[in-house]
Amino acid sequence: MKRITELDGSIRFFSYSAVGGYEERRGPLGEKFDYCDDSDKFGQKTWELSEAEMGRISLNIALSKAKLSHEEIDILVAGDLQNQCVSSSLGLSGFGIPYIGVYGACSTCTESLMVLSSFMNSNKEIKYGAAITTSHNSAAERQFRTPIEYGGQRTPSAQWTATAAGSFILGREGNVAIKEYMPGKIIDGATSDGSNMGAAMSFSAADSILSYFAETSYPISHFDYIITGDLGKTGSNLLCDILKKEKPGIEKFHIDCGMLLYDFEKKDVHSGASGCGTSASVLSTHFLPLLESGELKRVLFLSTGALMSPSSLLQGENIYGIAPLIFLENINL
Amino acid sequence: MDISLKKELIKKYSPKSPVLKDVIFAFFVGGFICSLGEIIFYFFNSLLSVSEDTSSIAVTLILIFIAAVLTGFGIFDNIAKYAGAGTLVPVTGFSNAVVSEAMDSSSEGLILGVGAKIFNIAGPVILFGLCSGILYGIIYYISLFI
Repeated sequence: MKRITELDGSIRFFSYSAVGGYEERRGPLGEKFDYCDDSDKFGQKTWELSEAEMGRISLNIALSKAKLSHEEIDILVAGDLQNQCVSSSLGLSGFGIPYIGVYGACSTCTESLMVLSSFMNSNKEIKYGAAITTSHNSAAERQFRTPIEYGGQRTPSAQWTATAAGSFILGREGNVAIKEYMPGKIIDGATSDGSNMGAAMSFSAADSILSYFAETSYPISHFDYIITGDLGKTGSNLLCDILKKEKPGIEKFHIDCGMLLYDFEKKDVHSGASGCGTSASVLSTHFLPLLESGELKRVLFLSTGALMSPSSLLQGENIYGIAPLIFLENINL
Repeated sequence: MDISLKKELIKKYSPKSPVLKDVIFAFFVGGFICSLGEIIFYFFNSLLSVSEDTSSIAVTLILIFIAAVLTGFGIFDNIAKYAGAGTLVPVTGFSNAVVSEAMDSSSEGLILGVGAKIFNIAGPVILFGLCSGILYGIIYYISLFI
């Protein structure tokens, strides 16, 4: 069976938004965020609710940009990093829209867009659907690592979980279409080091990219960029090494969202940004506007996810990676 | 791809921690904290004529207090980021581990939040510290009869 599903080009980005926190505002893409809260709290008492509120705000902004009421959205597909995806359920409960929660760790952005476009492809009556992805640094630190104020040193390969949300309203009009999607495979990352997730995920990104080009008839030059989610410096170097050996030349097209979100001079994010909000917010603030304006015509977009839990790491299990892929094109060029 | 090849690649591309820099920072910050402890000890023992045992307890209490306050104001982790073992090994590290966990879990309630989780990180120190104490006590007790 083919891994790639081709779409007819009728599923388009109708509207999108990005919301972030203090560090995201200070980053190179800071001014392009629709809203940033310097307290990272979004008016809430707990970090978990802050993440939920961030998702709610981002969907509201995307709706207002599209001049749509929430009642016109037929389906929501959303995910985050919290246990049982509770951030999405709490944050989106008030909208009263049929909802599908997804978990792909940091690959959630691409996964949710893939699931949503699959729904919209099979049911043409769905006029608008929304995909929402959130991650919050403090909520993630608390759940996956140590308390927020705990004083410790991080290794240079460690990454900084983004406090960011991205919402995408897909419709039947717009310039940028999702042309194809391809689910990722669960690939062994060969390490149980939770501070080296970029390296662990790089193998899944390599698998998806190489599998895509093995199956498709498009040459590499058909695309402007091959965008990965949050491999950071370590994971990007590793991925480029694999790509160089397997398909020379392809590594020149690679760019990583985790390297674009923060200013490495201002914030010691070590290897770069991580968290599912990274690829969602960078897609929304950087790549979609470039595709809309025509500066980019076609890109492959793969958010990369590290599949693990704090317990599985303590039990010595390896981190597994996953990298679903979507092909985005400005079809009015 | 073969697992051993993957492991090799990870080793090749994972940057190493700046050990020399970390050790130098740890030495000076840890040294500063210990010197501060000596000053507090001198203040109680020599200036206020408090007994040695009580002065030692005062040193521990004051260092714990300072680390707890710095943790509460969100300053401790910024120092520890550079100091590493320098702030972790003295009693300041223990204080930070307890207070930061208490702050984090306070949103989950006093009993099942703070009460249940306060020693999440400091727990091993308490458990194995107690075990070592008991073992030392037994050896000491036996040595009295030899």
